[in-house]
Amino acid sequence: MNLNTQDVRVASPAGSSSSFDPASATVPGTAKPPAEISPIRKFLQSRGSSAGIDKAFAGLMVLCALVIFAIVALILFELIARSRLSIAKFGLTFFFRQAWDPVSGQFGALPFIYGTLVSSLLGLLIAVPLAVGVAIFLTEMCPKLLRGPLSFLTELLAAIPSVVYGLWAVFVLVPLLREHVNPVLAKLLGWTGLFGGPNYGIGMLAAGVILAIMILPVISSLTREVMTSVPNSQREAVLALGATRWEMIRMAVLRNARIGIVGSIILGLGRALGETMAVTMVIGNRPEIAKSLFAPGYSMASVIANEFSEASDDLYLSALVEIGLALFLVTIVVNALARLLVWAVTRGTPAQAH
Amino acid sequence: MATTVYKTSAYNRISRQLSDYAATGLSILSTILVVAPLVAIFVYLIYKGASSLNLAFFSQIPKPVGESGGGMANAIFGSGVLLAIGSVVGVPIGIAGGIFLAEFGRGGRLANAVRFTADVLNGVPSIVMGISVYSLIVLPQKHFSALSGGVALGIMMIPTITRTTEEMLLMVPHSIREAALGLGVPNWRSVLAITLRTASPGVITGCMLAFARVAGETAPLLFTAFGNQFWSANLNQPIAALPLQIFVYAISPYDEWHRLAWAGALVLIVLIVVSVALVRYVTSRGVLKGAS
Repeated sequence: MNLNTQDVRVASPAGSSSSFDPASATVPGTAKPPAEISPIRKFLQSRGSSAGIDKAFAGLMVLCALVIFAIVALILFELIARSRLSIAKFGLTFFFRQAWDPVSGQFGALPFIYGTLVSSLLGLLIAVPLAVGVAIFLTEMCPKLLRGPLSFLTELLAAIPSVVYGLWAVFVLVPLLREHVNPVLAKLLGWTGLFGGPNYGIGMLAAGVILAIMILPVISSLTREVMTSVPNSQREAVLALGATRWEMIRMAVLRNARIGIVGSIILGLGRALGETMAVTMVIGNRPEIAKSLFAPGYSMASVIANEFSEASDDLYLSALVEIGLALFLVTIVVNALARLLVWAVTRGTPAQAH
Repeated sequence: MATTVYKTSAYNRISRQLSDYAATGLSILSTILVVAPLVAIFVYLIYKGASSLNLAFFSQIPKPVGESGGGMANAIFGSGVLLAIGSVVGVPIGIAGGIFLAEFGRGGRLANAVRFTADVLNGVPSIVMGISVYSLIVLPQKHFSALSGGVALGIMMIPTITRTTEEMLLMVPHSIREAALGLGVPNWRSVLAITLRTASPGVITGCMLAFARVAGETAPLLFTAFGNQFWSANLNQPIAALPLQIFVYAISPYDEWHRLAWAGALVLIVLIVVSVALVRYVTSRGVLKGAS
């Protein structure tokens, strides 16, 4: 039913508001004249038409909606305008150079891209199995009594600000990794070369772990939403064939929800790529590419956070803005992809998705 | 479905049963692993924060390095100012955008584009928002200001508010709109006084969620509000903010400042958790159900 901008103030003699003819509604004179004008109609006509105000109101709302476009466009424009210097000087090679030397004016984003990618992927590697496990537990196995508090707790994880995660990571997680986890990893998996070198505690591994904790609620809540939207008839059908619960989850739930789960993982990736404060506090902030996960690194977001306010010359500043531009574009693509995937799964069942 | 044929041998039955147990065990284990860091963070935060919280924390400004004591009164005040500016910027635009999506653009191409753009805006990393607002407001003004920080927070609030407002307005039954229009109420008044009013608990929920989300944001304030060690209520001057202050203190080498950082984090978390819990309570009560 469309009740949009039509002026319903003057009731049409046709009656039904669903099939409304705007011409006869807005211009009462041209409508089929009733036998006699009722006092109600007379009163309404004396109040005049509100079509103008209605149009203005609708226009104002459209304007506010367009502001959202304008903001995104402005962000893009500002980023491109401010990074012009660096784009002109380095071109595409900016993203493949390792040099980061503000003094001699040599800039390359490769160490930061590497740091962002490795820490995000590490975070995903840890978070995805846990998040899917939590989602399975909460949708398929959990007793009703626990479901509410547990989902509230995982939502709380999403509400904790990034800087508090960082604070906790600096004073609890990093010492824990340094004293207990890293020595074990070095002993068991040191031969791979991924867990060697000096053990500072801060570094790529710490960044990956804190990112995992931060993106867990994002992935698990969306995965849960997708899983709930799998129709119960699918579960019942598999169970009726004599499947165990795990077989039912694997065949009915996970298989039907897999696209949505991939979507939620990508959404988590988008969150991890742009995460700034917690990563800045634990990644070590050294623009180097090292094989060991114990070694300190640097991420795109944290180099902006650390060096933006002390960037002394224009080229330095525009190199940092170009990193921001790259981050912006990558997160847009990643988020759009994720939304499409999640939407593809949940659109058929709007009632169950929530 | 899978084409595997299960033989009913005892071995098969047992292995299937075992894998079922294993899967159950693993998912319970992962739930515990997820809840553990949360509990750890909260326990540590309360333990560290509560021992450093005192009246001075809420009434004094930071002391210079080396002197003990001091508080974050200016940062708490500054956060309040920034959030107020953010709400003034973000709430009207966000709600109006939601009204457009639910009442005027329903199903149209423009509405889909707006919805998608709002999602994009939601995914923009907060640090990128920081540098954009820096180059939009701070560079032309040539100085850091509370105003630019508030605008950055406001922009970050818009997508959340827009999407929740839309969802809540869509839940309002058509019969209510029709009743209003049937009484001769103009469309704009019906939208504002009937539809939006009916959905107001949900809309307020959305605003609170957006508020809670930006209350803890640090990255967009680094180059806009910038932080300040002193009292400032001037919107054209740098202003302190709680998350910023926590960040600065956390990476400092002084124990006294670490103590203050924990106390600040506790205050921030309590603020956010209370608002999230409030929101959850209100929505679980199903205030909207009374309307349908």
